[in-house]
Amino acid sequence: MIPLSHVLLLSGILFSLAVAGIFINRKNVLLLLMCIELMLLSVNFNFIAFSHHLGDLAGQVFVFFILTVAAAESAIGLAILVVLFRERRSINVEDLDAMRG
Amino acid sequence: MIVNVLFYVFGAILVLAALGVITARNPVHCALFLVAAFLNSAVIWLLLQAEFLALTLVVVYVGAVMVLWLFVVMMLDVDVEKLRQGFTRYAPLGALIALIVVAQIGLVVYVRKLGLDDTAAAVVNRPAGGSNTLELGHLLYTQYLYPFEIAAVILLVAIVAAITLTMRDRPGQKVQDIGKQVAVNAKNRVRIVKMDAEARQ
Repeated sequence: MIPLSHVLLLSGILFSLAVAGIFINRKNVLLLLMCIELMLLSVNFNFIAFSHHLGDLAGQVFVFFILTVAAAESAIGLAILVVLFRERRSINVEDLDAMRG
Repeated sequence: MIVNVLFYVFGAILVLAALGVITARNPVHCALFLVAAFLNSAVIWLLLQAEFLALTLVVVYVGAVMVLWLFVVMMLDVDVEKLRQGFTRYAPLGALIALIVVAQIGLVVYVRKLGLDDTAAAVVNRPAGGSNTLELGHLLYTQYLYPFEIAAVILLVAIVAAITLTMRDRPGQKVQDIGKQVAVNAKNRVRIVKMDAEARQ
């Protein structure tokens, strides 16, 4: 039997790697979106671990909904990214200062 | 026992893949590392008896979403070197924050046992011949029916939004004009020309 705390720690490591990725790759919108995907994955790990250890399927239903919303989010995010690249020829975060006062 | 060993092996690969995602130079490599991370997570979810979600993760995420990612990464002509500037400058800060987050989560997980017997899963009486997919389906179509419908609407909105965002009018594009097609009559199409017969050669 896999100890609950080990699964939670694995998910914590995954989440913190994603946070570190956001700090390291702060210029590239594409990689920022990928790090957000990693974060969602680590949150799903928590839900599934607790669903397994409490014998309650509600956690898995929530993972199902998170997967749905994450797929919608990445589809719209990538569409916005494509439009942005078409307009600006760049996805560098530092070039996106049109709304700076 | 074998389950534990598999968990640690695939967990280690998962962490390495996540490290690859945040440190790889080429965005294509990042996307491929993310695929590896998703596949390893699917295996771990199988070990945690979430079979349906593990398969969904492979089919929906690896099969559809990551293919979309790879298409977009390859479509965008990104200047990688420019985006990598400041990587070494921010790397210590990122590592520090990652360590702090891991330490905090570790403290919470290990100091407070969350009132659970850590190593034992709750014993649930599963019906004979039942499966994870069957149970999840029962739950989704009874207790969570309305959230399920809302999820479907969210997907529809995502489709409409993604298509309207990326559609554009190019000059010289050939499109049908239904109104003009319906309003057409025979005079617009056939022209009868009167001419004298010509002598045989």
